[in-house]
Amino acid sequence: MKEKPETAGPDAERRRFLLNTARTTCGAALVGLGLGLYANRQAVARPVYTTRPPGALPDKKFLAACVRCGQCVRACPYKALRLAKPEEEVATGTPYFIPRRIPCELCEKRPCIRACPTGALDPLLTDIYKARMGLAVLIDRENCLNFLGLRCDVCYRSCPLIDKAITLATLHNQRSGKHTIFQPEVHSKFCTGCGKCEKACVLDKAAIKVLPLDLAKGELGKHYRLGWEEKTKAGHSLIPEQMDLPDRMPEFTSTITPEWKP
Amino acid sequence: MSTPKHPGVLSKKKKGRLGANRWLLLRRSCQALTLALFACGPLTGFWIIKGNLAASRLFDTVPLADPFILLQSLATGTIAASTAIIGALIIAGFYMLVGGRAYCSWVCPVNILTDGAAWLRLRLDIREGLQLDRTLRYWGMVLVLVVTAITGILAWELINPVTLLHRGLFFGLGLAWTIPVAIFCFDLFMSKRGWCGHLCPVGGFYSLLGLVSLIRVRAEGRDRCSNCLDCYAVCPEPQVISPALKGKDGRGPVITEANCTNCGRCIDVCAEGVFSFGSRF
Repeated sequence: MKEKPETAGPDAERRRFLLNTARTTCGAALVGLGLGLYANRQAVARPVYTTRPPGALPDKKFLAACVRCGQCVRACPYKALRLAKPEEEVATGTPYFIPRRIPCELCEKRPCIRACPTGALDPLLTDIYKARMGLAVLIDRENCLNFLGLRCDVCYRSCPLIDKAITLATLHNQRSGKHTIFQPEVHSKFCTGCGKCEKACVLDKAAIKVLPLDLAKGELGKHYRLGWEEKTKAGHSLIPEQMDLPDRMPEFTSTITPEWKP
Repeated sequence: MSTPKHPGVLSKKKKGRLGANRWLLLRRSCQALTLALFACGPLTGFWIIKGNLAASRLFDTVPLADPFILLQSLATGTIAASTAIIGALIIAGFYMLVGGRAYCSWVCPVNILTDGAAWLRLRLDIREGLQLDRTLRYWGMVLVLVVTAITGILAWELINPVTLLHRGLFFGLGLAWTIPVAIFCFDLFMSKRGWCGHLCPVGGFYSLLGLVSLIRVRAEGRDRCSNCLDCYAVCPEPQVISPALKGKDGRGPVITEANCTNCGRCIDVCAEGVFSFGSRF
């Protein structure tokens, strides 16, 4: 017959201690697991229509550095920034803005960045035009008025870096056969992701939207080289120049008479 | 040994209504003033302090920051900018002076709720409840730092009731009101002084600053103690009283326990004037 564990004595005390420790550790691990999973979910959950303030570190680093104090919110003269409430999809307490509601006005004095006490908004970003909050993408080419053949141009004209971040490229209007389409083109080299174009778009739902950079941009394979760039860098073509052979027309072409009709 | 249901009656007779609530009134004023300072800007447009309890700036110059949040940030491997570090040092230094957990009883907005719950608990004579271990807050604190280190983000700040409530009050509450309500109900029905007295990791951290803090409650008049137990009834951390009051093992009259919140309620309710504020030395 098994003996029941004693209720007194050093053995019982050790047993109690071990059980207590095990219980607390177990409870703590459970709570920690819950918290960790919740935190991880919140970290990756930021919806694409929200944008971080200028100078924000990459998302994961930002969530490690931002203490959610809201000083950037207070500093923003346009009241574009707000802190996420617990029920919102953005990590609770962190600052963001919705370009379609109030875009970033790219203040040259960078009040939000200078207000940030932790460096979650990078103080090294001294030129506000170097901010990369996202990238504007003309995402709906079916409803964009310019693509329909009109001269809306509102996104282009509202761009703080007009003719750099957004340019107009001309295309032949296939539909009418005689007009030109002025196609807005965004250039990631200059676009700050401020969202003024998205805000300005006259459609009920914007055809041009600021998207997170990693979503908006593709990436060439690391080994890709652009021949024409390499050529200017090196001053000469990297492969031997092609031999220029004499052009030879098919011999029978000479037999085709001007009167020939198919 | 049961604690009295109406502590402080004798004290009120002796010192009058005001005298018997002196520190309580001062403390509530301090809590209200803190809230008013932060509310002043958003409400009137006159900015004394910007930010919230996580970090703020006084008159657009003096930075202040919560050292516990900075510690969490450090746990992720992030070194914050110097502004935040200076702010955290100012706050840490301040509480090393006035008592670590003075933050809990004089500043933290959650304290108003949990003091309310404790008061109501006494009035409604709710005596049963969960018996929690007071070391749980340290487990919680370590847990917060471990989870932060593993996930690499300030996980605790997603649910920290202290910052959630304070931020919510001045930046939009949203559903954040549910957490203080839950804590109030927890303290009232489930566990006496459950949150602030047992679980809160923030309090756990600030108690560590209290290990060295200069200003402490002293039981200088402990010879006059009449064993009425009123101080035990009102104290949010009653375990800190005995060593100094009873002087076991030749202990001095200073309450050196880190978890004494320097709330001064014992000074108020003691009819014999046993307690007073003084220095640790």
